[in-house]
Amino acid sequence: MADEVVITEEMRKAVGSLMNICITKIERSKINMFVQATGDANPLWQDEEYARKTGYRGTVVPPGYLVTMQMEGESPGFYMPYMLSLKGAIDAGGDWEFFKPVRPDDIIVVDRKFVNLYEKKGSLGTMLLNVFETTYRNQRGETVAKGRWTTIRVLAPEVKDYEGRKID
Amino acid sequence: MPKQLTYQDITVGMEIPSLVKETSPRMSAEWAGASGDYDPIHYDKEYAIKRRFSSAVVNGRLKVAWLIQLMTNWIGDDGVLKKVGCQHRRTDIIGDPVTCKGVVVKKYIDNGEHLVDCEIWTENPRGEKTAPGTATVILPAK
Repeated sequence: MADEVVITEEMRKAVGSLMNICITKIERSKINMFVQATGDANPLWQDEEYARKTGYRGTVVPPGYLVTMQMEGESPGFYMPYMLSLKGAIDAGGDWEFFKPVRPDDIIVVDRKFVNLYEKKGSLGTMLLNVFETTYRNQRGETVAKGRWTTIRVLAPEVKDYEGRKID
Repeated sequence: MPKQLTYQDITVGMEIPSLVKETSPRMSAEWAGASGDYDPIHYDKEYAIKRRFSSAVVNGRLKVAWLIQLMTNWIGDDGVLKKVGCQHRRTDIIGDPVTCKGVVVKKYIDNGEHLVDCEIWTENPRGEKTAPGTATVILPAK
């Protein structure tokens, strides 16, 4: 198996592309699921009566919820085909900045851009690093948060899912 | 809620009260549902092993969410989380507890805001930092 990752001209051309845009109304039920999964029972997220007495004057969406939101939406696929020889993506981490509180029932528009691509030699062999940037805007067009994160793609053995289909 | 933390309470080197998270397959399933990330490496041990992991691994974004909780618990209702970030350097295995920790590295006033920079990280039971990062918060001044 070749262990060299080659960044093609086509892959380079994808840098700067808008990957996807998703528009989501923040449902309280989703916040409840987030709170259950994280065990983050801060009353600011769910207790309206409590939150009204704070400086926020009402419940706010946990900042961590926004970090999950960029997982939503589909990629258009115009750059993904070039990645298919590289099995598996690993989350390498990221940075997020919060500018304004987000409220339950806000409509958040998340756009995700593919901003950088580079190779690196590491413990997993040659790695291809993809950098993305996400901007979160509310229904008033205000930028409420921004994120920038990196995923790593490496050459890995072929894996199949439960139905025996090859996973790319 | 405990007493509100203020800028005057902060000293460089001060520790943020740790947050310990037990991990389990159920928790992993709940996170998959909440986040929409159903990658089996986070709940299927056999699949994870085929993918070169030693076992099912805790989702990186869940660790980010916990590090955010570490900060929001600490800063209270009148504090504001301005920035947070981390790098996923090591995996955490489902079944091992993950401890979120932090320490103050700088306090300063900028543009009228009372800011505190912290080093934050998740730690495994062997004391290794699995997701080191940083956070900046705004605190109320007395």
